[in-house]
Amino acid sequence: MQLTNRRKEVSHKEQSIAEKIYLPAILKGMAITASHLFKKSPTINYPEETRPIAPVYRGQHVLKRDDNGAERCTACGMCAVACPAEAITMESAERKKGEEALYREEKYAAVYEINMLRCIFCGLCEEACPKEAIFLTDRLVDTEFERGDFIYGKDKLVEKMTERIDVSKRQTPEVLEFKKKPGLKHNELFDSSKQLGKGKKH
Amino acid sequence: MLGYTITQWLFGILSFLAIMFALMVVFTRNPINSVLYLVLTFFCIAGHYLLLNAQFLAVVHIVVYAGAIMVLFLFVIMLMNLNQDTEPQKTVISKVVAAIAGGLLLFVMVGALRGSEQLQIKQYGHSDIGLVKNLGNVLFHDFLFPFEIASVLLLAAMVGAIMIGKKEIK
Amino acid sequence: MTVFLIYKAILCVLIFAVSLGVAAYATWWERKFAALLQDRKGPNRAGPLGLFQPLADGGKMFMKEEIIPNVSNKFLFILGPSLFLFLSFLTGVLIPWGKDFTYDGHALALQLTDINVGLLYILGVTSIAVYGIIIGGWASNNKYSLLGAVRASSQMISYEIAMGISIIALVITAGGTLSFREILDTQDAGLANICYQPLGFLIFFICALAETNRAPFDLAECETELVGGYHTEYSAFKLGAFMFGEYINMFVSSAIMAGLYFGGYNFPFAKEFYHMIGLEDGSAWISLIGAGVYLIKTFIFISVFMWIRWTLPRFRYDQLMNLGWRVLIPLSLLNLAITVLVEIFIRGTIQL
Repeated sequence: MQLTNRRKEVSHKEQSIAEKIYLPAILKGMAITASHLFKKSPTINYPEETRPIAPVYRGQHVLKRDDNGAERCTACGMCAVACPAEAITMESAERKKGEEALYREEKYAAVYEINMLRCIFCGLCEEACPKEAIFLTDRLVDTEFERGDFIYGKDKLVEKMTERIDVSKRQTPEVLEFKKKPGLKHNELFDSSKQLGKGKKH
Repeated sequence: MLGYTITQWLFGILSFLAIMFALMVVFTRNPINSVLYLVLTFFCIAGHYLLLNAQFLAVVHIVVYAGAIMVLFLFVIMLMNLNQDTEPQKTVISKVVAAIAGGLLLFVMVGALRGSEQLQIKQYGHSDIGLVKNLGNVLFHDFLFPFEIASVLLLAAMVGAIMIGKKEIK
Repeated sequence: MTVFLIYKAILCVLIFAVSLGVAAYATWWERKFAALLQDRKGPNRAGPLGLFQPLADGGKMFMKEEIIPNVSNKFLFILGPSLFLFLSFLTGVLIPWGKDFTYDGHALALQLTDINVGLLYILGVTSIAVYGIIIGGWASNNKYSLLGAVRASSQMISYEIAMGISIIALVITAGGTLSFREILDTQDAGLANICYQPLGFLIFFICALAETNRAPFDLAECETELVGGYHTEYSAFKLGAFMFGEYINMFVSSAIMAGLYFGGYNFPFAKEFYHMIGLEDGSAWISLIGAGVYLIKTFIFISVFMWIRWTLPRFRYDQLMNLGWRVLIPLSLLNLAITVLVEIFIRGTIQL
């Protein structure tokens, strides 16, 4: 069976005298390397130039605030469940009186951590989020000297009020429509408390 | 300087160094150091050749002895990994025999050199006999036969070495 | 006499500085050239085009921790790299960089010294240059270092023979002189020696690659088999001395090849050129232009060394020995025989 047409017959025939001198072969090799002298180097000088990236590039995460500046995340844990790399952990807390401006929902994430060394930037957390709270952005995760520094807490993940992050490219109407599909697990769980109760019994 | 010319000073220093290094060859226990001292001795002797205006001999001495033969020596000693620890203890008898043999050699040499102070050495002054051209003329005209004999001798030695080195003779 | 002494002192310092500078910038050019051959950028951060890279590398070499293995022979361990660096400088003494010029009535040569056994001297220094490697490799008390040292020594001894025989053929062609300067001057009027000794040049070139331990003959420091070879245990500036010595060796052997086979400071129609721009014999400018031409030739050879390094894979050890003993030595003997026959029957320079 022939898989490719690049197969070559191997032969062990004696080298001819021209081949035994090796010099022609050496000169041929040197001509090949010399020809590369005149080729353009494909290197991109990184900090000065950057490679163009896609508008929906999946980089460092952001926890969005709503238009009033309240955090959208309700610490439901859907993202942590969806995460294939188990990079996300969180602790929830109940919203106190007077904190309405800070948190949109009655429950919020007191601690929200993503381990950037574990994260594979697949975007499943974003897909699973029922509150449109977590998004991947086109920012690159910075390098650090310690492993511990790669566990990003809320201080790094929640967007600052001074520098809002535009996620409209990722949050197109099609995406929103897709997320409303009844077949998706987060819709099932949140739409009927019965099913949630059933889940608990098991 | 003390009534000596620079050449005489150089001769004295070189001779002193040569003898000292030669003694060190014998007295150091580490064979590697011995070989290195021997190399230094050769350099001093090459210096003597230079003082005699025999540049060719000096350079060839360094190329052949220091550059090739001593490197091979070093090579063998390194591979055999001889250290002070592995040096076998000599028995008393062998020490006595060695002392007698060495003493006899000294005796012979003293005897041979005893008459040399009366010998009249011809002073060539600044002879150019050691330069390449003159040396070549002498070797290939006056001493052609001994020169070729020596080369045959070396060839024989080489063939012998190859025969010993061969694992099996077909 | 005073002028002469002062001039020699200046020249001495100058040649020392040029050797050091060329060696330092050869490391830069090696990296840059390798990058160009491999479609990369090479060093480009330290200064424009990365030109300050050698300074940064040198600074790094000085700052690194000096490690002397506890079980090594300390004196020999330090002696090894020092000797290697020292001997690599020694070969450069003989190279005549340009024609003589007259200054204030004194004829001055652009060469440190010209001894009448010049070529033998070069062979002698290269033959003892291996001591630096052997001593360093043995004193490290490390199996890899020892093997690297043994390889280096056997390789150098093997290739020296072919090199010497090809030099003999060259000396016969150049009219029976061993003086470097006279060989250069014979190429002034006639053709460069490469025209008479193409095979000899090839043998000399291959042997020079082997003697300087450059790829594809760098088995003494073969990473895949011997970690670092003879300099496995070396760090900081002692490692730097080995590297530096290697580059100086490369520079000097390139200069020797450019001089012996390619006419050194001579170039075609040199006399007409000097006459055209109105320089008289003995002018310092002629010496300077000659030195520039010589340096350009040397630079081309250094680049060819690098080009070969970044093209060819390393030899296997038995291939190396086979090439040395079974190919190059018979070839150089053949070359010698042909040379002698040509000299006797065609050019008639040797009378029987």
